Amino acid sequence: MTDLIALPVVLPLIAAGLSMVLMGRLRAQRVLALAASLSTLVVAIILLVRVESEGAAATVLGDWPVPAGIALVADRLSASLLLIAEVMLLGVLLYAMGQRNTDQDARFFHPTYHVLAAGVALSFLTGDLFTLFVGFEVMLMASYVLITVGARGPRIRSTMTYVVVNLLASTLFLTMVGLVYASAGTVNLADLAGRLETIPPATRSLLGAMTLIVFGVKAAVFPLFSWLPDSYPTAPTPVTAIFAGLMTKVGVYAILRTRTLLFPDEGASALILVVAGLTMAVGVLGAIAQNEVKRLLSFHIVSQIGYMVMGIGLFTLAGIAGTILFVIHQIVVKTTLFLVGGLVETRAGTGSLKRVGGLARSSPLIALLFAPAALSLAGLPPFSGFLAKFALVRAGLDAGQWVIVGVSLAVSLLTFFSMAKIWAGVFWGEPDAPAERPGASPTRTMVGATAGLVVVGLVIALAGGPIYAFAERAAADLLDPAGYIGVVMGR
Amino acid sequence: MTLTVALLAGVVFGVGTYLILQRTLSRVLIGLAMLGHGANLVLLAASGRAGRPPLAGGDPAGLADPLPQALMLTAIVITFGVLVFLAALAYRSWRLTGSDDVEDDLEDRRIAALHPHRAEEAA
Repeated sequence: MTDLIALPVVLPLIAAGLSMVLMGRLRAQRVLALAASLSTLVVAIILLVRVESEGAAATVLGDWPVPAGIALVADRLSASLLLIAEVMLLGVLLYAMGQRNTDQDARFFHPTYHVLAAGVALSFLTGDLFTLFVGFEVMLMASYVLITVGARGPRIRSTMTYVVVNLLASTLFLTMVGLVYASAGTVNLADLAGRLETIPPATRSLLGAMTLIVFGVKAAVFPLFSWLPDSYPTAPTPVTAIFAGLMTKVGVYAILRTRTLLFPDEGASALILVVAGLTMAVGVLGAIAQNEVKRLLSFHIVSQIGYMVMGIGLFTLAGIAGTILFVIHQIVVKTTLFLVGGLVETRAGTGSLKRVGGLARSSPLIALLFAPAALSLAGLPPFSGFLAKFALVRAGLDAGQWVIVGVSLAVSLLTFFSMAKIWAGVFWGEPDAPAERPGASPTRTMVGATAGLVVVGLVIALAGGPIYAFAERAAADLLDPAGYIGVVMGR
Repeated sequence: MTLTVALLAGVVFGVGTYLILQRTLSRVLIGLAMLGHGANLVLLAASGRAGRPPLAGGDPAGLADPLPQALMLTAIVITFGVLVFLAALAYRSWRLTGSDDVEDDLEDRRIAALHPHRAEEAA
């Protein structure tokens, strides 16, 4: 089993290389992409099943002795996030193949997409702070290329912001790794967990604050989020969808991992809760002000990150479990919503709320796909968003944090309002102004891929009980990291 | 010796921070390169006292710590790759717009245009 852990990183990288060789032969590239994505998905399923039955497992690349060698660890949290990420990568890949001008025009779409998959898997699986940096960089490098594919004027500008902000955060990350090594003498997460307790508290607090800032930029929390709504909406739909689903959540995963494993008793909970509340509120208010589907949804990414950070701020078993459930739910729902947004843009020729209208009558299928995902985002029962928010709110009430619970409920209401704004603008009524270019009907593959992800979202809602029980077990592992440390250090 | 490296890292970080606050993309680019060098200097300082033998010679326990240097090598390669990409992007931006300046945000311009004085200026 331990040999399998490296596969989700290695398989996409091999596929990326082969895909480069096959450049220009689209059909072969597509077959390869599907084969790689499906096999990685199978590996992720096996990993999750094994981790659930046998507990966490670790492997060290090249069989170096532990603190020096690069450890890859699969525990409940990383295995479950890896699985859901692989499902999204497959769904969006299908959508991209169905959409005209995505992988036909950009011959390097497939190789870059494989690299993105490898970076995401490496970030989830690594047990080493520096390798986490490398995983982020691999993922970001691929994202820089994907977001600039065929870029013209305005997109170059927003991409520039995206690259500069992320590069700056990466530099800070590298500095943090250097300071961690200077003060604790290791970058292995499991080894660090023990050694950080022995360094002076002031140094530890500084390192903790630096991790929060670095991963705060990556996760787009208030006040470090402004690069996100600026750059995401400009990319082609499949690219935006996979970014929205995965990239910020990798940042949240990194916050979750470092908070629980490295800095469990830093007393930053109050600060994190304030940040969570502001992230929710500012994100949703930004969303309400928008008149374009993808821009509106981009602000919602920020708003929903606030909920995940709220669970981390509560730092109770129920809070962490709520965060894990919320991340799983968000990855699916956000990706789905952006894909539906892409369907709307394809069908109507624009994503502007003023220029689209009456799609419920002309394309009832798109409306049918939008409704469950939007209601789930707003947190209405019986969808997965309701379960995840219910878990977080109950955790907040148990912890006696009334303010953040109140903010989260109010933000839910505003989220519902902004979803209603999309519904009223896009699916009801008539357009205020005609679209500049005529729409085309989306291909069956695009609709099929979106429908598949909607079904995944419904499955999460139906299996809410078992998934929450799983999230609780994962949270218990995080709050008592002895098992994680034992698995890595025992190698 | 480590103090020298630490001070140098501080100066490099300062220069980098000043440069990325500039309006011109080429300066931002050089600023990011400086910040990358600063981070690498921090890693160098983390490897301990200078002047210890890297591979052989003297007491094996007194050898220089190789791990931060391995991290530095990886980091240099990554930063180099991203910077080259950014340089290409800046060049493309210059080709398209004819200027090296970072443009205003679209949203910002739209909001600024709502102000009566600005609207007159624009007209």
